[in-house]
Amino acid sequence: MSVYINKDTKVLVQGITGSTALFHTKQMLEYGTKIVAGVTPGKGGTEAEGVPVFNTVEEAVKATGANVSVIYVPAPFAADAILEAVDAELDMAICITEHIPVLDMVKVKRYMEGKKTRLVGPNCPGVITPEECKIGIMPGYIHKKGHVGVVSRSGTLTYEAVHQLSQEGIGQSTAVGIGGDPVNGTDFIDALSAFNEDPDTYAVVMIGEIGGTAEEEAAEWIKANMTKPVVGFIGGQTAPEGKRMGHAGAIISGGKGTAADKIKAMNEAGMEVAATPSVIGETLIKVIKEKGLYDQCKTH
Amino acid sequence: MNIHEYQGKQLLRQYGVAVSNGLVAFSPEEAVKAAKELGTEVVVVKAQIHAGGRGKAGGVKIAKNLDEVRTYAKELLGKVLVTHQTGPEGKEIKRLLVEEGCDIKKEYYLGLVLDRATSRVTLMGSEEGGMDIEEVAEATPEKIFKEVIDPVVGLTGFQARRMAFNMNIPANLVNKAVKFMLGLYQVFVEKDAAIVEINPLVVTGGGDVMALDAKFNFDANALYRHKDILELRDFDEEDAKEIEASKYDLSYISLDGNIGCMVNGAGLAMATMDTISYYGGSPANFLDVGGGATAEKVTEAFKIILSDKNVKGIFVNIFGGIMKCDVIAEGVITAAKEVGLQVPLVVRLEGTNVELGKKLLNESGLNIIAAGSMADGAQKIVELVG
Repeated sequence: MSVYINKDTKVLVQGITGSTALFHTKQMLEYGTKIVAGVTPGKGGTEAEGVPVFNTVEEAVKATGANVSVIYVPAPFAADAILEAVDAELDMAICITEHIPVLDMVKVKRYMEGKKTRLVGPNCPGVITPEECKIGIMPGYIHKKGHVGVVSRSGTLTYEAVHQLSQEGIGQSTAVGIGGDPVNGTDFIDALSAFNEDPDTYAVVMIGEIGGTAEEEAAEWIKANMTKPVVGFIGGQTAPEGKRMGHAGAIISGGKGTAADKIKAMNEAGMEVAATPSVIGETLIKVIKEKGLYDQCKTH
Repeated sequence: MNIHEYQGKQLLRQYGVAVSNGLVAFSPEEAVKAAKELGTEVVVVKAQIHAGGRGKAGGVKIAKNLDEVRTYAKELLGKVLVTHQTGPEGKEIKRLLVEEGCDIKKEYYLGLVLDRATSRVTLMGSEEGGMDIEEVAEATPEKIFKEVIDPVVGLTGFQARRMAFNMNIPANLVNKAVKFMLGLYQVFVEKDAAIVEINPLVVTGGGDVMALDAKFNFDANALYRHKDILELRDFDEEDAKEIEASKYDLSYISLDGNIGCMVNGAGLAMATMDTISYYGGSPANFLDVGGGATAEKVTEAFKIILSDKNVKGIFVNIFGGIMKCDVIAEGVITAAKEVGLQVPLVVRLEGTNVELGKKLLNESGLNIIAAGSMADGAQKIVELVG
């Protein structure tokens, strides 16, 4: 078991003929992901990396039964690509594209209300269920199949955490990159609640960063609902106020969104928080040993 | 991206939002000419810098005649203004706004901002104008009112009216306040603003509702579709190294420390700064070279780091996922040779093609200290910098 995606997931790549999308389509296929279709308007009827290309998402879904889309469409057109995926009633749309104007995302979120599709991202590395299905841009080889869920706002920091876990023989059930933008689809609470319900996830690593209050809200939720241990880390503990740290969402403004507030909220929810990114793996191992979950999580 | 007050007011004028008359001046002569043109008895001479708190810092002067205009303009232009938002180094005043004097009856606060919790644009208003809204929020949160805006219909008339009444705008001026708010929302949405703050919004003796100040910040991701806004960018207000970095699509932020950092990914870059601080060091910058960096980009990044005279050592921390370690290594070697590296360099490589990357570094003949992990690298560079 896993969350969101597995070996049966049928993937559609939106914007498949772009150079980034082609590169990652190849990587995903090599990993074993079932990519059944691509969409690029005007290129319908052709093939890319051996995958049939369609003009519209609707057509692609009808022809192939694709249920999850991954979006590599350039930022000016990415919001429209998400809308198209939602309109086609896919189970999930994972948007890798960064630099989407935030007011475009405000409209997208409004459009998605009451609709079937779950959005992950934008500006995210994607979602991976190790050894089954990799959707996005993360390096596949650092992951290992197992029982620890990972949810994160940052791409490379997720790799860092996953790498530490895998090296210690602790595999992952699913790793979800929710992205670094201020308006996104799946949030911490969505992912945590999915992990909470997944019988094969025994513990979770949650990686946040400065800006907004998503981590504080997640900590509240964990305190009230989470039955599995969650270990945290917050990036940007030394970031100054008013400076945007790369991600559109990573900014401390008006004294809100500081790492100290987030860590405090997480501690109050009974979570262990890693002091530095280098000890995320260590901290998780310490906690699962205390809870008697280490042997079950160890995958060798 | 930020713009100046006078540019913000020009923008508001285009949308029919009431602002007082004013003209920009780059010299005392232009300031006097502007005051003559305005023709009012009293004019206000306002320093134009991208920071708040100008009034308290002495950047706003009231002139009662043309001689005073000239005196104040001379005094302000070229002066370094230090406000609570500029940092101790302050900002040099290069432009002035010369504006009609205004008969202020009462000051209010009005702002539009994206509320992340609801993913909606939110109108905020308060009758406590002129102050920092954060201070108001802290001391008297009940005096701040919010209207969450549905993007389908935009700010509605009833919401704007409710806000005006909540703010205790005089009943006979509510319609003017509503018109103001609707115009403000229109400019926010059409120009892809991230924040608009009118602090203060004023009610005048003549019965007008107008913006006395205007602070705009625009969504950098949307500037590609607003050439007119992009033209308002003032490079004098930005860090030279940050401008240089943006040319190469590098995300760079200057900081106060002495350890230069080069990292891939924003989250890892922040975490690297944190780790350096954890071991007692102080980062000189945040630098994310991005996922698709080429050897050329890495070289430029290196040059930018070294152009900061405070840098006493460099820590390169790369988790090559899609980004290949050999590409990073090549860039580091080229840059180090080109600039004649004088400071210690610690490199931590992990991920794709890591062995090849390490081999290139070892064979380069450069004095590069290899680190086994992020913690190891941070400790080493902190020790070397001393």
